[in-house]
Amino acid sequence: MTYHNAHHSNAAALEIKGLRKSFAAKPAVDHLSLTIKSGEFYALLGPNGAGKTTTLRMVAGLLKPDAGSISICGIDAVKDPVEAKRVMAWVPDEPLIYDKLDPIEYLEFVAGLWAMDAAKAERQARDLVQLLGLAAHASTRCQGLSKGMRQKVALAGALIHDPQLIILDEPLTGLDAGSARQVKAVLKDRVAAGTTVIMTTHILEVAERMAERIGVIAHGRLIAEGTLDELSAKAGHKTDEGGTSLEEIFLTLVASESAAA
Amino acid sequence: MIATQTLTWFARHELLLAWRDWASMMAGGRTTRERVVTVMTLGFVGLLHWLAYAILNPILKGGVVISIPALVMLTSTLLLTFSMMLSQAIEQVTRSFYARADLDLILSSPAPAEHLFAVRIASIAFAGFLMTALLAAPFINTAAALDELHWLSAYAVIAALSTFSTGLAVMAAVALYRAVGPKRTRLIAQILAAVIGAALLIGIQAVAVMTYGNLSRIEVLNSDAVLNAAPGVASLWWIPAKAVLGDVSAALALIAAGILFLVFVIRAYAPRFAEQAIETASLSDEKETNSAVKRAFVPRTALQALRAKEWQLLARDPWLLSQSLMQVLYLIPPALLLLRDMGPNAQVHIILAPVLVMAFGQLAGGLAWLAISGEDAHDLVATAPVPERALMRAKNEAVFAVIAVGSAPFLFGLAFLSSWAAGVTAVGIAVASGTAILIQMWFKVTGRRTLFRRRQMASKAATFSEAFSSIFWAGATGLAAAQSWWGLVFVVFALATLALARFISPRP
Repeated sequence: MTYHNAHHSNAAALEIKGLRKSFAAKPAVDHLSLTIKSGEFYALLGPNGAGKTTTLRMVAGLLKPDAGSISICGIDAVKDPVEAKRVMAWVPDEPLIYDKLDPIEYLEFVAGLWAMDAAKAERQARDLVQLLGLAAHASTRCQGLSKGMRQKVALAGALIHDPQLIILDEPLTGLDAGSARQVKAVLKDRVAAGTTVIMTTHILEVAERMAERIGVIAHGRLIAEGTLDELSAKAGHKTDEGGTSLEEIFLTLVASESAAA
Repeated sequence: MIATQTLTWFARHELLLAWRDWASMMAGGRTTRERVVTVMTLGFVGLLHWLAYAILNPILKGGVVISIPALVMLTSTLLLTFSMMLSQAIEQVTRSFYARADLDLILSSPAPAEHLFAVRIASIAFAGFLMTALLAAPFINTAAALDELHWLSAYAVIAALSTFSTGLAVMAAVALYRAVGPKRTRLIAQILAAVIGAALLIGIQAVAVMTYGNLSRIEVLNSDAVLNAAPGVASLWWIPAKAVLGDVSAALALIAAGILFLVFVIRAYAPRFAEQAIETASLSDEKETNSAVKRAFVPRTALQALRAKEWQLLARDPWLLSQSLMQVLYLIPPALLLLRDMGPNAQVHIILAPVLVMAFGQLAGGLAWLAISGEDAHDLVATAPVPERALMRAKNEAVFAVIAVGSAPFLFGLAFLSSWAAGVTAVGIAVASGTAILIQMWFKVTGRRTLFRRRQMASKAATFSEAFSSIFWAGATGLAAAQSWWGLVFVVFALATLALARFISPRP
């Protein structure tokens, strides 16, 4: 499927300033600022409980920040969440879809929520079903699908309305090697067409291969950000072969941040 | 080492979970409100006792004589209660087969799963006792206070009915499981539960209609045919009725037999439960639709898409349909009660008005619970470019539309009898449904629909508030249909219930 993002704008796809969120007086996100350019593939890394999902849930409008601002494609997401939601899509780590609908019915519902043109939505739905290897299950109610299949249905739902910004929380969890390759290919295509993708992952190899820039979060703060080389320089860490492993960089950065904290 | 092999360990575990659920629900997540909630609950219980006093005082003043007509009437009431308890127990027991997520940990551990099932069967019996006792308590306590303490033995009768109904439900569920297999057991058991819950009533009602041309069960039970066929006062058939009337030895015999029966069932059937739960876990959920080939996408706005989705999900939910059917069938007893109280010359439309309000108020509450709280794709809906108020509006409209379509034929029929009653009933249904939806919005908890059923996550505070507000709106509608200003008293009660529900509901 050929895709071109028609909504490309000059504004940053995501601009976060001084974002804060606490749970029971314990800060989960602590004065976090972040700018992601339009058409960029950005990976957000961090140890468990670092604040990645909390940050992204605030961006998606699922949590209200205690303080700070979030701008999505130039739209103030805190003041005008509905307009911001119009240009973005969120895929949670757990594929939350309707058990009693089949993938096509699910996509039709999503298209309705984003008020898409019905004919275009139908075309896109059938393309996505093919592209993500769901065609054989298009008429199977989602309750009978495996977790990986459900994950792909959720991803198709995120892609059908052509968002400018796609946020994915651990999108490859539960996918087999073939499905993971399909998903990665679809995401790369979207980025090539101008869509911005932000992804959290614990599979560092995926971040290393796919992301143009990587952000590392620890204790609710952005402790490092940049390309692999920039992060490597910051960590001051080289592997034996002279190359740079993201895993080693990541562990070094997180360890030094933990020591400082 | 923790003694995981023991029954008491499982019982403590289940009790701890039940207690924490209950405490969290009653306090609405705030410990500071516990005291106020307790005081208001006690006030409400006091109000129910006052109502029971108003009903029982004239009856008990005349004295209760153990006669064949009294025994027939009491036994039929107990049978009706038992059939409803059995129906509920079948539903609960069957549900425990399919509570897959709850059982995964236990079944994969070396602890004997039959111990867990033994505890769960006992807890079903206890819950059945508690629910029935809660409804009967104002009457039992008031009778004991006005007359003699022996009326308290009615609690023992309720406990015995609960043990018998739970034991029979376990036997029926296991037999059904063997006969039709795990895939069909759930649906058939739900239908069976609905039929058992209503069969006796409908049977008596049918006899009344066929024989006397009206709905009066009193006329059937007091008929010469029934009284002549009834055994003498000394017969063992009357043991439950005599136990209610204060025969302590009858009450003790009944409760002992009930406990023995339940213990036997637990010992014999708990191990089979574990095997069947494992078999159920290997079931495939695969079901085909034909959407891939059937049609083009329908152009819809976001609100239309939301409403259509709700209707689609409701239509594909056999559990919900059977539960709704049961709710409607359960309303036959109040209708008969009203009929008895109002005499054979009562005007049918005055009887039908409150019954319809009660039925559709309850149905709206059940649907709203699933539509508002049971959102399978919460993140998707919450990240859609639709304001939250509009989302809620669409869900409420979906529920209201079902209620409107369901009640329309009844209202149309009622309009032939009395246009005033039809109008009042339509308003009553709308208000009762709106109240039920409002209560469900206040007690909203986000979760997946399947978990709601399997884990019984519904807030009991919401369930009771909804039931009582429906009862009060039904009362108000009945009196309004009879053109009585006394209906305003019920309106006040309904509004007080609503205020109480708002107060105890969890705050965001």
